[in-house]
Amino acid sequence: MSQFDSTPGITRRSSKDRLASWRRTPIFYPLIGFIVVFIAMAIINDNFLTASNQVNLARQTSIIAIIAVGMSLAILTGGIDLSVGPVMALSGTVMAGLMVAGVPPSLAILLGILVGAGFGAFNGFFVAFAGMPPIIVTLATMGIARGLGLIYTGGYPISGLPPEFAFFGRGSLAGIETPILIMIGVYALGFVLLHHTATGRYLYAIGGNEEATRLSGIRVSRYKLLVYTLSGTTAAIAGLILTSRLMSGQPNAGVGFELDAIAAVVLGGAAITGGRGMILGTLIGALLLGVLNNGLNLMGVSPYLQNVIKGLIILLAIYISRKRTP
Amino acid sequence: MTPLLSLKHISKSFPGVRALKDVSLDVHAGEVHALLGENGAGKSTLMKILCGIYRQDEGEISINGEACHFHGYQDAIDAGIGIIFQEFSLIPDLDAVDNIFLGRELRNRFGLRDRRSMIAEAQHLFDRLKVSIPLDRPIVDLSVADQQFIEIAKALSLKARILVLDEPTATLTPSEADHLFTIMRKLREQQVGMVFISHHMEEIFTICDRVTVMRDGEKVHDCDVASTTPDDLIEKMVGRRVENLYPQQRCDADYDDVVLDIESLRLDANGPEHSLKLHRGEILGFAGLVGSGRTELAMGLIGATRPVHAKVRMEGKPAKLRHPATALKQGIGLLPESRKIQGLILPFSCRDNISLNNLTQFQGALPLIKRRQESSTAAALMGAVRVKAPSPETPVGDLSGGNQQKVVIARWLGHQCKVLIFDEPTRGIDVGAKSEIYALMKELTARGVSIIMISSELPEILGLCDRAAVFYQGRIAAELQGDDLTSQSIMHHATGGLST
Repeated sequence: MSQFDSTPGITRRSSKDRLASWRRTPIFYPLIGFIVVFIAMAIINDNFLTASNQVNLARQTSIIAIIAVGMSLAILTGGIDLSVGPVMALSGTVMAGLMVAGVPPSLAILLGILVGAGFGAFNGFFVAFAGMPPIIVTLATMGIARGLGLIYTGGYPISGLPPEFAFFGRGSLAGIETPILIMIGVYALGFVLLHHTATGRYLYAIGGNEEATRLSGIRVSRYKLLVYTLSGTTAAIAGLILTSRLMSGQPNAGVGFELDAIAAVVLGGAAITGGRGMILGTLIGALLLGVLNNGLNLMGVSPYLQNVIKGLIILLAIYISRKRTP
Repeated sequence: MTPLLSLKHISKSFPGVRALKDVSLDVHAGEVHALLGENGAGKSTLMKILCGIYRQDEGEISINGEACHFHGYQDAIDAGIGIIFQEFSLIPDLDAVDNIFLGRELRNRFGLRDRRSMIAEAQHLFDRLKVSIPLDRPIVDLSVADQQFIEIAKALSLKARILVLDEPTATLTPSEADHLFTIMRKLREQQVGMVFISHHMEEIFTICDRVTVMRDGEKVHDCDVASTTPDDLIEKMVGRRVENLYPQQRCDADYDDVVLDIESLRLDANGPEHSLKLHRGEILGFAGLVGSGRTELAMGLIGATRPVHAKVRMEGKPAKLRHPATALKQGIGLLPESRKIQGLILPFSCRDNISLNNLTQFQGALPLIKRRQESSTAAALMGAVRVKAPSPETPVGDLSGGNQQKVVIARWLGHQCKVLIFDEPTRGIDVGAKSEIYALMKELTARGVSIIMISSELPEILGLCDRAAVFYQGRIAAELQGDDLTSQSIMHHATGGLST
């Protein structure tokens, strides 16, 4: 770069620099990958680009995308949260159960989300203050949350929910479907938290070098507790949408969602070892998964084969981004 | 008589540094040869050449009069050299037998591991050393001393005739060290030649036959141990003029004003009780050997490890040492020993590293960071410590060691810290950056900041500190000031105070 310093061709240099700095951001390759897959799907399927399919795609993606926000925070700090699927199901069934028992929907939703947050804090306590590895802690609580959900419901879906509750999964506001609006809201909050607050910077710092962060006077444990609490909260919000969409509380919902959420985060350019990633990357990763699901369905590819194709694409995407990014 | 091992006229340069200049060393069979020198004198480089990790630029190595050319560690092992490093190379979860035979397991006629003959062989080795070590327990359960004996047994099983012991006693208790010496005497009878690296004078006079002293990459002295004294050796070790690297000696200390008063501080239940005073504007050195407990005390002072008992006053008020965050609130900060592992967030830019623990300063009514204010403050701090970097956005990993250290210093300048602890602030930093960092430390004391500097380099302690606490085996052995603060007196106390 220095050889350009004395030359007057400023414009050429700055655009080149801008491209170079773009390529250094974690979302450069995910974005390219998303665009390529999106265009490919549009070429293969005539129905892919229709407005109704696009809305459908965004709505289908919203649940995983919202869970992936909490997962991003956990992965960014060098951790992981495997309990998100069962926590989502537990929160959703608690909401449903409370409403069926006559609790007003607003209060039921609040309590359901508190259950998710509380469960996240439970995870966070063991990770942050007992010093246990997140993968072990959340593997254990994954079973606990699933079991509690099944105990609470007796294993059966809870239906008969008040009709106004359908708003969160099936309704719309100003012409946009509610799940999509909620997803945008969660991402906006996540973006501000990560990129514009001190807390966000600390989360990156913890993932980058936990010991240095602690020694410079940051209370690392408190921020880890916060991360898992927020991850439980986003899982509960996803539970709200799912329960409302199905109009029933499903204790068995969300099996394997943790894997899709992790895939979204990693496809979005985050390092699984922590310290590197962007919230917009996670959105791109979730949408990429959504486009694959949607496109392969439209093509009539068998669900069994879809799993294989998705797995291969994830491997390929991560291989490319690992080789290219520092 | 041909020496068992002979290093002749060894020289070695690294980019920018001449690490070894014409060093010769002879070790005879059945001799324990002490290698003495300050940190950075070139002992480790010499030993790394001996075991084939580095190639010498000039000079030659011969064993029993035959010239050897090592192209790697394995060549040195094949030639009969065994090295016991400070960090052991054993696998913690395997037992003694599996460790000794790792990679060259004995096999029976079916090609399977022949554990019975390996146990017999290992037992034979330990009998030769006259030690009893449980053969079937994972070595992680054994004492450090036992692990060291296993290392020695492993070297012997590789037919080592020359053993290099790099500060073997640093992690041993006195009685374990005695045991080691018994083993060394046994090996001496068996005509093994040994190179023994230690800073402890008493050990040299207990176990060694000859001694070679190195300083600044050169051999300055060698003689029979019987014909010298500890004082003589210390003088040979440190006898270099202090270069004009240090700011003019001007004492900013106000000895009537105690900033940090450690009345009593105990780091662990059986540990010694520390007590120490730090005055305003003072640079107090923590001198001593690596592992003598200096860093541990510093970590206790900022609450990174929680002391079992602490009665500490900060400017007259009782101080709480629960977490680095509480220490920071009370105006105590630590610049850790290892910049990359404990100091910096390497993927972060200079700006993000500097503002890491200052972020709340840039918040307004909402808890959002004002980016512009953050950048301009970071840029100003980088200017104040003269970081050479293209911009505040440059990743800190791209900078040189000296500039990285300045970034860490800048982080703490953003706070109104009253006490700053610098742990080995100039390790791995070139001379020019060193003197800049010294000047910065002096600027800080002129502003009334008090500094504790942990350093293993004597000239640094002498050149910069107003006062020094000398550590030996976990406790403060002496506090030296004024005319008493000499390299001889520091070395004397740091090596256990055997000589007078």
